[in-house]
Amino acid sequence: MSSDTILHGHSDVVTSHDVHLDEHGAHHHKETFITKYIFSQDHKMISKQFLITGMIWAIIGGLMSVIFRLQLGYPDTTFPILEDIFGKWAPGGKISPDFYYALVTMHGTIMVFFVLTGGLSGTFANFLVPLQIGARDMAAPFLNMLSYWAFFTASIIMISSLFLTAGPASGGWTVYPPLSALGDATDGSKAGMDFWIVAMVFFVVSSLLGGLNYITTILNMRTKGMSMVRMPLTIWALLFTAILGVLSFPVLLSGLILLLFDRHAGTSFYLSDIFIASTQKALPNEGGSAILFQHLFWFLGHPEVYIIILPTMGLVSEVMAVNSRKPIFGYRAMVGSLFAICILSLLVWAHHMFVTGMNPFLGSVFTLLTLLIAVPSAIKVFNWLTTLWKGNLRFTPGMLFSIGFVSMFISGGLTGIFLGNSTLDIHLHDTYFNIAHFHLVMGVAAFFGMFAGVYHWFPKMYGRYMNNTMGYIHFWVTMIGAYLIFWPMHYEGLAGMPRRYMDYSNWVSFRQFEDLNRFISTVAIVVFAVQLMFVFNFFYSIFKGRRVTTQNPWGATTLEWTTPIRPGHGNWVSEIPEVHRWAYDYGKDGREFISQAEPVGSNESSGH
Amino acid sequence: MSQAVQAGQKLWGGGKSPYNVEYGKLMMWFFLMSDAFTFGAFLISYGSIRFASNSWPDPNHVFKTFPIVGEMRVPLAFVSLMTFILIMSSVTMVLAVAAGHNNDRKGVMKWMVWTILGGLAFLSCQAWEWTHLYAEGAWWGRNPFMNIDGTQSSTNFTNFFFTITGFHGFHVFSGVIINIIMLIMTWKGTFERRGHYLMIEKAGLYWHFVDLVWVFVFTCFYLL
Repeated sequence: MSSDTILHGHSDVVTSHDVHLDEHGAHHHKETFITKYIFSQDHKMISKQFLITGMIWAIIGGLMSVIFRLQLGYPDTTFPILEDIFGKWAPGGKISPDFYYALVTMHGTIMVFFVLTGGLSGTFANFLVPLQIGARDMAAPFLNMLSYWAFFTASIIMISSLFLTAGPASGGWTVYPPLSALGDATDGSKAGMDFWIVAMVFFVVSSLLGGLNYITTILNMRTKGMSMVRMPLTIWALLFTAILGVLSFPVLLSGLILLLFDRHAGTSFYLSDIFIASTQKALPNEGGSAILFQHLFWFLGHPEVYIIILPTMGLVSEVMAVNSRKPIFGYRAMVGSLFAICILSLLVWAHHMFVTGMNPFLGSVFTLLTLLIAVPSAIKVFNWLTTLWKGNLRFTPGMLFSIGFVSMFISGGLTGIFLGNSTLDIHLHDTYFNIAHFHLVMGVAAFFGMFAGVYHWFPKMYGRYMNNTMGYIHFWVTMIGAYLIFWPMHYEGLAGMPRRYMDYSNWVSFRQFEDLNRFISTVAIVVFAVQLMFVFNFFYSIFKGRRVTTQNPWGATTLEWTTPIRPGHGNWVSEIPEVHRWAYDYGKDGREFISQAEPVGSNESSGH
Repeated sequence: MSQAVQAGQKLWGGGKSPYNVEYGKLMMWFFLMSDAFTFGAFLISYGSIRFASNSWPDPNHVFKTFPIVGEMRVPLAFVSLMTFILIMSSVTMVLAVAAGHNNDRKGVMKWMVWTILGGLAFLSCQAWEWTHLYAEGAWWGRNPFMNIDGTQSSTNFTNFFFTITGFHGFHVFSGVIINIIMLIMTWKGTFERRGHYLMIEKAGLYWHFVDLVWVFVFTCFYLL
């Protein structure tokens, strides 16, 4: 009966947790290897599954960038080893144009969706939501498990596409038609494109199942006293992320279904008046609009970058407050700006389309809405800086990555103001300026937030610490390396150097950047190697890391540190703690920190 | 089902559901919002392509046949019947939910059977309509109908028609499957033992949503 209760709620609808207690203590019913590690319904295990799958994806996606950076840095050199590995894709040790396009396409797809969406939200929403709001698990653990397995299926399909004879999708990660709709036009639009679409459909399902779970868990399962304004900012950020995902991914689904029909059913949703050079054939398609796909794609695509960055904003806020030993500055402003970003992000998608020939008036509307996002973003940045101000900073690797996040977010965010301007964008569109912008602001920054989260919550995940020395090397090399890689790209972009070209030596204007490109490639390889060190650190520490000996090693206020060092399925052994205060009582009344679970004392000064 | 908030306990204060619903129903509402965006994207795509076209076929001319009777003088008669069937199945769904509130197992079963029959009837009508249009030469990528101004029409009239009504039909089909599962569970007494018929309510939410979407699909393809 009680499992019924978990699955279907109570008639009196109080989210009572004690019913779970009998069977979900720390050491509960017997678990086999399969139910514990593979088809697990424990949110903590699902979170680790997402994290490790995401890390595997990140290595693949990162390795792809190393290969195409080799080409960009050394366009005249041959690397015979590439032919040994990739065969016909790298004849004579030089990668072919088709392979180059496939690499950049898959690098984008993998990093944006599989690492920074699936790997990031999947990991931290699953891990932190129940632990920080005081719940024994997600609202629907079974659907949560399905969410991971849909992600896994998507991953398998996407990775299979790499081994197709015609290669994977290679029309850019945005898969714009007509190119992506016409298999005759390029090899990269043959079966690889179908695999891409089907994988993304599974990905949307995974994101939907996960998102619905996160939202309902946060709204319905908060422990007694955990009002919305007492939630840690991580939870607010994950809530808005989930809402964005639930609202925007279905639009991508519609767009991809129409694309699938255009590819296989002879429809003309995105096609009109097309002549294919390779087959010397004029297509009968009439009346479609390729721009329609761009609208559908970017209605997801823009919220998507906030789906990537919002969770890391939450993680960074939390790690920063804990390691500054100070309350987060401007809690309500932080929540308000998260909300503002969430709303605005749904209203700016066409700033990716300024050069499609849209009405200039419409362009000015989207410029205005885009520039408005600078306001909540700046509020957040100032709040982070003022949180650091005069704090007792503890420079743990997690903290360093949080500070690095703010640095990257400022540097990348400022160039967003350039690109969001519809007139400047005519010059900057599709140049390396754009590459530099989004890599800093949502690529590197999001990775930094994710690293901060991994270093900070690793003790909770595995009961051991990660190695600090390797953590510091990881941080400094990545931080300096990221600037060395992406800062020069701004200059290349301002000079008009377009993205997606595999060889610039034919252009006098861009030939001058040959040395710079080689420099960027060299740094990229070094930075990639350091990421492998992080991966080593991660797996080594799982088994050999220094053991956590105290329940609350960071001296944090939030509920996850009130659980046992290695919590079982159900998280708390006895009662779930009741919450009496907000999540940021640091340095109050002369005490270093006060846990959320501690009742307000009679002499305590008033707070939140 | 509903429970008064105890004095002194804040609605959003944690420890209870702020909307007074259990998680499944909340999840269903958010799912429906998500699904609404899927249909919204389809219909807006349809609208944007249609308004970018010079002319469009006349639905009164395209949808004028009725099974057995053949050509009717009243256009849209068949689709009106389909719509009526679907809306009636929503009514029977409401009655099933109401019976569930009274823990009336027999009543729930009776009305679920009617709802399922309504759904199947709608799907059969759609199957007939599709077969008929196919016989007239219409399909994805093929459009035999002329524009209302007599010019040649692009294939997007049929492309969107089959894609969107097909996607809706797929939703009706899933709804019928869900309803059948609900019927079996009711019949086996699962909900009676559980003491409530919340699952029927959730299936009902989905079913009403599918009906509501049809109202928009109907308006966009048959009336406008």
